[in-house]
Amino acid sequence: MNFLAIDFPPISHAVEWPIIFGGDLLGVNKVVLLMWASVILVFAFFFIASRKQELIPAGVQNVAETTVDFIRDGIILQTMGEEGLFYTPLLLMMFSFIFVCNIWEVIPVAQMPVNARIALPMFMALLVYVMYHFVGIKRQGFGGYLKSSLVPPGVPKAILPLLVFIELITMLITKPLSLCVRLFANMFAGHLLLITFSIISATLFAIQWQIVILPFSAFLLFALTGFEVLVAFLQAFIFTILTAVYIGQSMHPEH
Amino acid sequence: MLSVLAQAAQSTPDITPGLTAIGRGIVYGGAAIGPGIGIGLVVGNAISSMARQPESAGMVRTTMFLGIAFTEALALFGFVLAFIISG
Repeated sequence: MNFLAIDFPPISHAVEWPIIFGGDLLGVNKVVLLMWASVILVFAFFFIASRKQELIPAGVQNVAETTVDFIRDGIILQTMGEEGLFYTPLLLMMFSFIFVCNIWEVIPVAQMPVNARIALPMFMALLVYVMYHFVGIKRQGFGGYLKSSLVPPGVPKAILPLLVFIELITMLITKPLSLCVRLFANMFAGHLLLITFSIISATLFAIQWQIVILPFSAFLLFALTGFEVLVAFLQAFIFTILTAVYIGQSMHPEH
Repeated sequence: MLSVLAQAAQSTPDITPGLTAIGRGIVYGGAAIGPGIGIGLVVGNAISSMARQPESAGMVRTTMFLGIAFTEALALFGFVLAFIISG
């Protein structure tokens, strides 16, 4: 694509990576390596933090306890109540893993958010999908779960069929799809944004290095990098809190 | 004169990429209108309630992010659809 005499690579160059080793079907490329690195990082972080627990936390333990507090007070107690504390490990791991996966976007050398490929968000959305249906059916029974999630309380009989249809679509399609697409599209859009401004800055630098300080190239690139750190945190938070909200809705039906 | 016109008609360029680009622009532009208004409403009301009751700011902020997430999803559908459209 050529725009204002700047050569932009096609989208596939920005997110498709060559396979490093392995076959065609189970090939391992940079994205998979980064995902494995995130798993190891999250595991090592919590392992080191919990190995030597002290009454007055310091260092790594302090950070880990702040994260657990944030998940418990900021997410679970506000959306699910006391009963939801059972899900603390799941939501804590989900938040940490998504955040580390996202933050690769601004780490030099890596600079590829794992969630900019749809595979991982789709898998996690499927996990949540199976989970909140399972919790709902286990808590309320199959009929009770269908009734509480499909029939909104206190609506006139005349528009009930329409509402049931809309709720059915919401429950089966819209919820998991929007959960998956929200995470994927935010990271993908951020990645493209950073690439665009990097290319503009590099081109200006190649033409004449002084003009790289024009407002819409290098400065905006720095500002957007900071913004993407915020987006990485916010998307991990939103994915986790929506998981909590969906499971909470299955646990406590609206009356 | 006629021969020139016939020649021009025969060598019409392929306009599919251009139409695809226009379609992508319309899809994403159209999908961004509603969520833009919606996020404005959500954040505006959250700010005014935070200003009235600063002690409830934490709860309002959490709910505001939830509201933003639900509203923003529609714009992101448009964003993804714009990339799915291929010439």
